[in-house]
Amino acid sequence: MSDAGFDEWLHAFAAEDGYYLECANGHGLLPPRRICPDCGSTEFSEESLPESGTVAAVTTVHVPAPSFDADAPYDTVVADFGAIRLTGVVDAEPGTVEIGDDVEPAVGASETTGNDVLMLRPV
Amino acid sequence: MTGVRVAGVGLTHFGSHPDRTGRDLFAEAALNAREDAGVPLDDIEQLNVGNFAGSLLEEQGHMAPLLAEAAGLDCPATRYEEACASAGVAVREAVRTVRSGEADVVLAGGMERMTNNDTPETTEALAIAADELFEIRAGVTFPGAYALMATAYADAFDVDEDELKTDLANVASKNHDNAIPNEYAQYQREISVQQALDAPPVAEPLGLFDCCPVTDGASAIVLVSEEYAAEHDLSAEVAVVGTGQGTDRMALQDREYLARTPAADDAAAMAYEEAGIDATDVDLAEVHDCFTIAEVLAIESLGLYEPGEGLGAARRGETRADGKRPVNLSGGLKAKGHPVGATGGSQIAEMTRLLRGDHPNSDHVADAEVGVTHNAGGTVASAVVHVLEVAE
Ligand SMILES: [Zn+2]
Repeated sequence: MSDAGFDEWLHAFAAEDGYYLECANGHGLLPPRRICPDCGSTEFSEESLPESGTVAAVTTVHVPAPSFDADAPYDTVVADFGAIRLTGVVDAEPGTVEIGDDVEPAVGASETTGNDVLMLRPV
Repeated sequence: MTGVRVAGVGLTHFGSHPDRTGRDLFAEAALNAREDAGVPLDDIEQLNVGNFAGSLLEEQGHMAPLLAEAAGLDCPATRYEEACASAGVAVREAVRTVRSGEADVVLAGGMERMTNNDTPETTEALAIAADELFEIRAGVTFPGAYALMATAYADAFDVDEDELKTDLANVASKNHDNAIPNEYAQYQREISVQQALDAPPVAEPLGLFDCCPVTDGASAIVLVSEEYAAEHDLSAEVAVVGTGQGTDRMALQDREYLARTPAADDAAAMAYEEAGIDATDVDLAEVHDCFTIAEVLAIESLGLYEPGEGLGAARRGETRADGKRPVNLSGGLKAKGHPVGATGGSQIAEMTRLLRGDHPNSDHVADAEVGVTHNAGGTVASAVVHVLEVAE
């Protein structure tokens, strides 16, 4: 089963072709979107994401959900890419990433389920 | 618009009761509330009940008629779901119903049965309060989300990691102290700041003692109109004088602030305006401390502290039982327990007992007149605030 809009967006990172949506009034959003929650605009364009973003929050998860059981411990970060932020699993030794570090998006796989996961890799 | 009084409150023990069904838990709370209120069964015109994850944890949907039946009620019944704020919303809508004159007597509350599941299953069920596409698939757990907020807080307000952890450990220790005399609490035992600091990590910087436990329990309150209370000579000295609700973006990444909870700011502003108070009028608060950092964010959103200044409140003693403005005298979610869909009702029940003078911790707030409750869903994508006052 697929999640239209989201899957295409996630897989674009695998081709190093990451993007976000920008509404007619310049608000950054992630798909799928029909209506901008900031202004109600229904006009969107796809804009290229900057190659890297900056870590704004980080945690090392020791007690995972069952779907990440074999992945733990791992770091999850929220990273700032300007118009939008991304949340992803860090592709590095847990505990090594800090707020302010630069990361770039990629698609990886959960060691537990094999499902695609948005990874953020230190640069 | 009529005034709303709390005529009675009922709770079950909060704790590990894996063999008790959700319907039995709620029936006990409802019976206790009705006995406390002295309101006949037939006078109850509506049931509003909160439940978050019964469809996963108890494989039971369509909860409202089931819980109405369990409580002996034959009246319109609706289940409210707003994650951990489910019962807060149920109470808020009950307040609005009584205020509007549509009903004189409404039973509101909530129930969650959780310990009948293994911890991984419960962790997974609780995680559904987050954004499935952008958070859960990125490995965000419920503690993990609050840990992200905690690190963003430390960064925003220039707090080093030791200071952050120590101040949060003080929140945990305070709430455990408060739970000791509370007969309904899951953990009636103290933990030291050092014990909290030494606990195993769950999602760094949060450790085991920064997290609320998994809890079974139910809450119920009987809300009545002022007119009904007078006609029936009820002793209902606590009034609900303000109710407010706020909403934020679902995923943390889409919020304006990672280290603040504007949904709760909005809920508080709405409730304070209705009550005709401001933050300086608040004598005590029961807030949604699902994680220690959540209490810090809550007291800042309630206006009791400026952003960045709430972190040290417990360490400085200001929010302790003998402090200038106690927070979570019940023990909070941290030590009293957090049966998710029951918590918002439990906060109202505990605040009512504290203000009436029949709570084991009432002596700490003997002269208090205004109490505030703060109930949050998920990472505060939704929030409900109530203002309770001693009437007359
Ligand atoms: Zn817009």
